[in-house]
Amino acid sequence: MKLYCLSGHPTLPCNVLKFKSTTVMLDCGLDMTSTLNFLPLPLVQSPRLSNLPGWSLKDGNAFLDKTELIDLSTVDVILISNYHCMMALPYITEHTGFTGTVYATEPTVQIGRLLMEELVNFIERVPKAQSASLWKNKDIQRLLPSPLKDAVEVSTWRRCYTMQEVNSALSKIQLVGYSQKIELFGAVQVTPLSSGYALGSSNWIIQSHYEKVSYVSGSSLLTTHPQPMDQASLKNSDVLILTGLTQIPTANPDGMVGEFCSNLALTVRNGGNVLVPCYPSGVIYDLLECLYQYIDSAGLSSIPFYFISPVANSSLEFSQIFAEWLCHNKQTKVYLPEPPFPHAELIQTNKLKHYPSIHGDFSNDFRQPCVVFTGHPSLRFGDVVHFMELWGKSSLNTVIFTEPDFSYLEALAPYQPLAMKCIYCPIDTRLNFIQVSKLLKEVQPLHVVCPEQYTQPPPAQSHRMDLMIDCQPPAMSYRRAEVLALPFKRRYEKIEIMPELADSLVPMEIKPGVSLATVSAVLHTKDNKHVLQPPPRPAQPTGGKKRKRASDDIPDCKVLKPLLSGSIPVDQFVQTLEKHGFSDIKVEDTAKGHIVLLQEAETLIQIEEDSTHIICDNDEMLRVRLRDLVLKFLQKF
Amino acid sequence: MPEIRVTPLGAGQDVGRSCILVSIAGKNVMLDCGMHMGFSDDRRFPDFSYITRSGRLTDFLDCVIISHFHLDHCGALPYFSEMVGYDGPIYMTQPTQAICPILLEDYRKIAVDKKGEANFFTSQMIKDCMKKVVAVHLHQTVQVDDELEIKAYYAGHVLGAAMFQIKVGSESVVYTGDYNMTPDRHLGAAWIDKCRPNLLITESTYATTIRDSKRCRERDFLKKVHETVERGGKVLIPVFALGRAQELCILLETFWERMDLKAPIYFSTGLTEKANHYYKLFIPWTNQKIRKTFVQRNMFEFKHIKAFDRAFADSPGPMVVFATPGMLHAGQSLQIFRKWAGNEKNMVIMPGYCVQGTVGHKILSGQRKLEMEGRQVLEVKMQVEYMSFSAHADAKGIMQLVGQAEPENVLLVHGEAKKMEFLKQKIEQEFRVSCYMPANGETVTLPTSPSIPVGVSLGLLKREMAQGLLPDAKKPRLLHGTLIMKDSNFRLVSSEQALKELGLAEHQLRFTCRVHLHDTRKEQETAVRVYSHLKSVLKDHCVQHLPDGSVTVESILIQAAAHSEDPGTKVLLVSWTYQDEELGSYLTSLLKKGLPQAS
Repeated sequence: MKLYCLSGHPTLPCNVLKFKSTTVMLDCGLDMTSTLNFLPLPLVQSPRLSNLPGWSLKDGNAFLDKTELIDLSTVDVILISNYHCMMALPYITEHTGFTGTVYATEPTVQIGRLLMEELVNFIERVPKAQSASLWKNKDIQRLLPSPLKDAVEVSTWRRCYTMQEVNSALSKIQLVGYSQKIELFGAVQVTPLSSGYALGSSNWIIQSHYEKVSYVSGSSLLTTHPQPMDQASLKNSDVLILTGLTQIPTANPDGMVGEFCSNLALTVRNGGNVLVPCYPSGVIYDLLECLYQYIDSAGLSSIPFYFISPVANSSLEFSQIFAEWLCHNKQTKVYLPEPPFPHAELIQTNKLKHYPSIHGDFSNDFRQPCVVFTGHPSLRFGDVVHFMELWGKSSLNTVIFTEPDFSYLEALAPYQPLAMKCIYCPIDTRLNFIQVSKLLKEVQPLHVVCPEQYTQPPPAQSHRMDLMIDCQPPAMSYRRAEVLALPFKRRYEKIEIMPELADSLVPMEIKPGVSLATVSAVLHTKDNKHVLQPPPRPAQPTGGKKRKRASDDIPDCKVLKPLLSGSIPVDQFVQTLEKHGFSDIKVEDTAKGHIVLLQEAETLIQIEEDSTHIICDNDEMLRVRLRDLVLKFLQKF
Repeated sequence: MPEIRVTPLGAGQDVGRSCILVSIAGKNVMLDCGMHMGFSDDRRFPDFSYITRSGRLTDFLDCVIISHFHLDHCGALPYFSEMVGYDGPIYMTQPTQAICPILLEDYRKIAVDKKGEANFFTSQMIKDCMKKVVAVHLHQTVQVDDELEIKAYYAGHVLGAAMFQIKVGSESVVYTGDYNMTPDRHLGAAWIDKCRPNLLITESTYATTIRDSKRCRERDFLKKVHETVERGGKVLIPVFALGRAQELCILLETFWERMDLKAPIYFSTGLTEKANHYYKLFIPWTNQKIRKTFVQRNMFEFKHIKAFDRAFADSPGPMVVFATPGMLHAGQSLQIFRKWAGNEKNMVIMPGYCVQGTVGHKILSGQRKLEMEGRQVLEVKMQVEYMSFSAHADAKGIMQLVGQAEPENVLLVHGEAKKMEFLKQKIEQEFRVSCYMPANGETVTLPTSPSIPVGVSLGLLKREMAQGLLPDAKKPRLLHGTLIMKDSNFRLVSSEQALKELGLAEHQLRFTCRVHLHDTRKEQETAVRVYSHLKSVLKDHCVQHLPDGSVTVESILIQAAAHSEDPGTKVLLVSWTYQDEELGSYLTSLLKKGLPQAS
């Protein structure tokens, strides 16, 4: 069993597991931090950006792709754990010769589609007259200013996919439900489990009858909107692959939400605008719910909230129909029947308005001061670029960063100098190290495998020994482009014994509670399933006919006799011989045992602890008689 | 001998009061817990005393499964769990869990408040009963206990309807509940994988009907409604609040929009508003088209269909009214029917199945003079139309499902005996499987022969698989091993490993036979002759002449020695272990016959 590690990003993993001749890709996250190397793509021609010295707008859409560690066309299935971890799917399904199946839950697919749609839309609506790629050449890259000069594997950066590729990729997905057992080629069973992090987010169990690998990716124990994490089913794993822990282990999400609300209120009360760069799904639902409870008490009920994204409407609508994937509280609302999320009410009362983009209706409705939720959190493309340009010069305004995926300082770099306030309230509900060690104690895997980043404290806080995984035996770590041999040996495989065969078995008790039965049966293997059937009855000799060739008589040496065990008590053996008509028996003691002599028959039987040797003349009748008498004292296996 | 036992307490050769007991591998499961619409006495609920006379139901039943929210499948549930007493788990899908208590409450109101029945379950009992419900997702494998697992499949019949697979080890039963094999305007088609259950329990409402295409039926329906409205008549469509109602609403809504019709469409109030809301929230359970377009246009937000008020029934002019309940046995639909029945301009369209004893059934069977309460006789002059919009599978659909699931046996419930008989024959002919149709209280017993799963050591398995990739029909290869049974842990290992694991030493049994040969030559030459002789006879075996002068055949050792007394005789010592018994014995007899003369 091997694990091929294709991504070095711990929260956007991409690993390939080879297990019982099945090749399973676990997630395909897309590391978009490389976009920070590019200038923002403005919706409106910005004289400031285009006049920055020495730089023209180059191909602003490039992403880190996979290495050539493994032939991706050999991947049998891809398991997706949540919508953030499927963003690279079109690159794999459309460009590598992949012919397998992708498994994901319905919310993951629907929301993943929205995220991809938004991304494609953001990029495509600002087409560039020219694109450059020659700079990726190593010789030229060397001459470029830092940090581009130092960027690794630039050649793997790719252009953004198209909507057509997205649709084609998504059509390869098969929908699954939590706790659904999916058979892969009869050899391996995979099962998604609720992971508590996002709508439809899942951890996966990959198991055969005797081995179990758990893949934990992006899990949360906090009670937000999704169904709680299923921990019990992770128990008894041989290997637990742990990825997607919180990116901000020192921040408490609850505290951050409080800070978010108070900063928002403060800015708005002072007549400023609030910009929240965000993804169109996920934490935004929780933020809207908090604001729903908060705005009246904070006196903000007259402030408009705008949610601007090409998929804003879809995201809000979809969130309301996935009752089965929500936490208990939200499910019970559906029974009333009421929409599970209160943003339905915010929309109804006109407090929250959503628009596909800043063009069109929005420009008519736009009132300030206001709160705007929009993407993309990298500040490099999407409507957020416009608001940064619009509001950046006034210190009344505030931008609040809630998504933890990008360094906010780097994201802000091209907009400097900025007058607007910048607040960093990263909300990452994924497991922190305390929760991880509790989880590992609870589910007790034999081995833990994780990205190398988790086995040491973060570089910026190297003294914080609590910010790393602590378990026994120590976790095996991996880094990008590494192949790990997972530490377990398969010993057993399931086989089915047909009832007719089972009836014919004769068990004998060897020790109290332990019985044995020798089995001789025909093995049938089909679709990786093994079945034992009773051996066919020996063909009846067709009476009277003389066999023609001597070779017909030659026994098939592959008809195996059972092994023997036990020992022969000499006295009893001699008695038995006498009972069967042998006389003239003489017993001699030797160093290791005895020799029984049948003088008349010129036969010698050496009996030792672990062996019996019958030496006789060529008298088959006699030999067979003696053999059967000896066998009476021995057990067959 | 293990067996599966099935006893219908309701829905055996009957429609209504669905309740089927299944015993499989020592587990007892109750499928559905319905009421009968044709009765208002004791017979309306299943006779639960059949399950156990003295003991508690909870001790006897491992779980209860409800297939969908129709009252003939869940109507007796609060009575069963709260009045008879059952505290175990009740499984149903989430939409069923949401809608079921509302229908039960409605049913209770009609029974207690309108008919004044005493000793009926209370609202509180409905709530307590629903607390015992565990929601099941589609395709999720729910582990009821360590051995019993259930899995739900999409059934299409109404929102949240499911078929259930009940599985213990390698034995399984599939219960379809009610299902529909053709997608309609708001639901998808039932689907099941090739799960090869030991038994498929299927509904057979339309066992003998093969419905014409859905499109024709819809066109007919719309034409009739349109004609009636055009000539100023009123159309009454009795429906149940959830299910067909939404289907027909979507149909009329789109028709009205397309034709730009002005006649009002009403929906009798009460459940409707709420019902439509459920449909909006459970979009993933509807069909593909609705799921794809719901963001732009939610099909369950109707523009042309308004809430009905009692007073509207007397207003003049054409109108279309959907009213509950669907079989005209009580409530608003019956009231409106009585008002409109006398006018031949009007029309009543029955869109679904009617249980015997209901007004719906009477008018459909051609009765035109109905005796109402108080000895009144109601003359029916309005047109009576029947349009099968029931979302049940027809005969073709049932056959299709049997083909999909590939069961070993089929059992029919939820249908009429005569029609079942016909379908039973058809299934037995076409699929060559046994088909049963027990009456209520009658038990069907099916012997099963489950195979036994054991763990085989990979070494043994690989050794065996490496030997023969192509199975030979004439000479099947045998796998030899030892089955170690320790508690409930069964493992098949090679004999060597079994000995080792149990700490037992192998006992070697060896034979050495002296074969006397007349040969005057030297021992070495005798050995050479033996070698060439064996080599020519035993072509398939490995015969070797070793440097020390001995000859081996596989692992059998043959040595030639001089006779101590007779120089003209040589002694061959043939030595083999018990494991080579056949070959050793064969060799001695072969050598005894002597060697061929050297040429």
